[in-house]
Amino acid sequence: MALLQIAEPGMSSAPHQHRLAVGIDLGTTNSLVATVRSGLAVVLDDEAGRSLLPSVVRYHPGSQVDVGYPAQSMQNQDPHNTIVSVKRFMGRGIADIEDVASLPYRFVDAPGMVQLRTSAGVKSPVEVSAEIIKALRQRAEAAMGGELVGAVITVPAYFDDAQRQATKDAAQLAGLNVLRLLNEPTAAAIAYGLDNAAEGVYAVYDLGGGTFDISILRLSRGVFEVLATNGDSALGGDDFDQRIFCWMLEQGRFEPLSACDMRLLLTKARDAKEALTEHTEVRVTAVLSTGEMMDATLTQTAFNAMTASLIGKTMAPTRKALRDAGLSVDEVKGVVMVGGSTRMPCIRQAVADFFKQTPLTNLDPDKVVTLGAAMQADVLAGNRAGDDWLLLDVIPLSLGLETMGGLTEKVIPRNTTIPTARAQDFTTFRDGQTAMSVHVLQGERELASDCRSLARFELRGIPPMVAGAARIRVTFQVDADGLLSVSAREQSSGVEASVQVKPSYGLGDEDITRMLKDAFTHARDDMYARALNEQIVDAQGLIAATRAALAEDGTLLDAAETAVIEASIAGLEKLIAGTDHHAIKRGVEALNAATTEFAQRRMDQNVRRAMAGQKLETFG
Amino acid sequence: MDFTHNHFELFGLPQTYALERDRLDSAYRELQNAVHPDRFAAQPEAEQRVAMQWATQVNEAYQTLRHPVNRGVYLLKLQGIDALDAGNTKMAPAFLMQQMEWREAIEEARAGKHTDMLDTLSDDLRAAHRRIEAQLAELIDTAHDFATASEAVRQLRFMDKLIAEVGDVYEELES
Repeated sequence: MALLQIAEPGMSSAPHQHRLAVGIDLGTTNSLVATVRSGLAVVLDDEAGRSLLPSVVRYHPGSQVDVGYPAQSMQNQDPHNTIVSVKRFMGRGIADIEDVASLPYRFVDAPGMVQLRTSAGVKSPVEVSAEIIKALRQRAEAAMGGELVGAVITVPAYFDDAQRQATKDAAQLAGLNVLRLLNEPTAAAIAYGLDNAAEGVYAVYDLGGGTFDISILRLSRGVFEVLATNGDSALGGDDFDQRIFCWMLEQGRFEPLSACDMRLLLTKARDAKEALTEHTEVRVTAVLSTGEMMDATLTQTAFNAMTASLIGKTMAPTRKALRDAGLSVDEVKGVVMVGGSTRMPCIRQAVADFFKQTPLTNLDPDKVVTLGAAMQADVLAGNRAGDDWLLLDVIPLSLGLETMGGLTEKVIPRNTTIPTARAQDFTTFRDGQTAMSVHVLQGERELASDCRSLARFELRGIPPMVAGAARIRVTFQVDADGLLSVSAREQSSGVEASVQVKPSYGLGDEDITRMLKDAFTHARDDMYARALNEQIVDAQGLIAATRAALAEDGTLLDAAETAVIEASIAGLEKLIAGTDHHAIKRGVEALNAATTEFAQRRMDQNVRRAMAGQKLETFG
Repeated sequence: MDFTHNHFELFGLPQTYALERDRLDSAYRELQNAVHPDRFAAQPEAEQRVAMQWATQVNEAYQTLRHPVNRGVYLLKLQGIDALDAGNTKMAPAFLMQQMEWREAIEEARAGKHTDMLDTLSDDLRAAHRRIEAQLAELIDTAHDFATASEAVRQLRFMDKLIAEVGDVYEELES
């Protein structure tokens, strides 16, 4: 009888074993985590059986941090230290945040990204988000009984590069391996499409707590192809609360509000909005700390009137996305509603009127994104074979460079399918110019100052030539996460410079390392042991994958080439037996380098096989 | 990586302007299925990197062949002709006249906020676009008249710009 193999806890598992992976929806208002169990995507609940984790973090003096319901219950009493809707600050400077005055925080203006002063010190939105992800990770590891190999983290489709990078940093800070950043509407389309065996063109209308996305997708034989996406990364349910909040201020004619009272009224505003989903009117009452009272009735009609312009703000991007996709309303087969805010009857009505059909609301709008992310995580972790689907997503905003006169030159237009690369040639404008400054931008506007600045770097050492003679090729590469890296090269001399668009907001790799260190000194984990363990798991995985590749496709290599790879494997195995995690890391890099050519040949073979199948199908 | 194939060979398609869109689409999907980074997320870094390069190349080839202007430019480039060469601006006077009329019509629709007029204009432009595409297939695939084809490609690019301008006006009128 064959014995079942059990790996040592925390150690690697062979590639064919089920690898624990999750999908995480890091929402403005609520966050969730899901996984695939026995082929079925399920949302993981907390010990109390609740699936939503309120995206609220409360800092105590010292190191104690509350996340979720305990934090949420204290938001009115401790508004400065209780951060809600932190997603709205990700990758954003203080100038980007419209309603700073009506938010009860102590903002700290920092380069690139705003920070928040709490009783536990100044916190970046990345750190706050990492606390939420950490809580979900712990929930998942407790439920699944093991360490995760990775996670798919969802982001609004309309998030720009800075916001995406901030999200990935937060996950990394929480100790998670990010398998992919996945656009929220695309995740919803996976969950919906696979559930309903849908084919044809679908629109996903996703209005969350703080972000709005519209994506147009074509679903066809297992391929989810995003045709166009648009949105507003600062529009969501919170804005509807704000409208009610302003109405309350008019009704009550209150004295200037304290932070506590402000938070109290915002909470009441949200309750009123939710009540209006089921009822035609709601009585709103509140007693402020000053003794002032409010008692008024808000009707659905009045609410619709005060929020009509917000709904209008979702329709303009919707029209744009359809136009970019080259489609008319009649060609859209179904409209999937996503995000808690799409429960509002006024939204459903507006969407139905625009698309001339009843929108699809049969999946829980709070859970559909997480479920789709979990399904994708299962695929990316390598747990499925054969019957996989394929996602072809796009970048939401054009990427470009600043040129003379402060203008934007687009290098990659919005709605380009990723991964993608594009090169553009530039030249010098002064005789003898030896350096060139490259300013990377994202956005649709003509003036560089109206676009988001993603990074600046310099190409130095250009040989002196007359103006216009140098040829500087700037290459943009966007990977499958939608993240950009840029390199520049002077063609005649070969001088090169490149930048991983690690943003202007100033969280470099060293900051991340420092924050990880801080986090672990407070935790029970022994950092060194953890790093060593992670490296060993990594190395074992790599060795197993390389051996599997050799067994499968060893014929693509000659004896000498095989020997080099075998030697690298043997070297790495020796290192694993030791305790130097830096050495193991170098060994992993060496094996990776040794297998690059092999990987290319394997891919060439894949392509030939794919095309052979294609030709049979076409001509057969 | 084997990038010696041209884009048509990559997808196993004949090297012509006339295009069977369904064949291109299914070959594209087949190839992406084989090379996309999502297929290699659990694989070693070397394989992930190769996958990204390949998927990038397949996307580039697909966008080139799918887009009527890009496909024309690419086919002519394979013939050693730069259709968009800045020194090459020859354009039939009749086409230029028609251009001006269309431009005026767009401006009139914008000033008068006539979206119905934009709708008609948009249909006309798309019809003209399709006519030039048909001409291009004839010029490149049958007549092998690459000089005239270069001019048709430039006309097609003009049409794209006009259609984009109509889109901008729609946006302006809607906001």
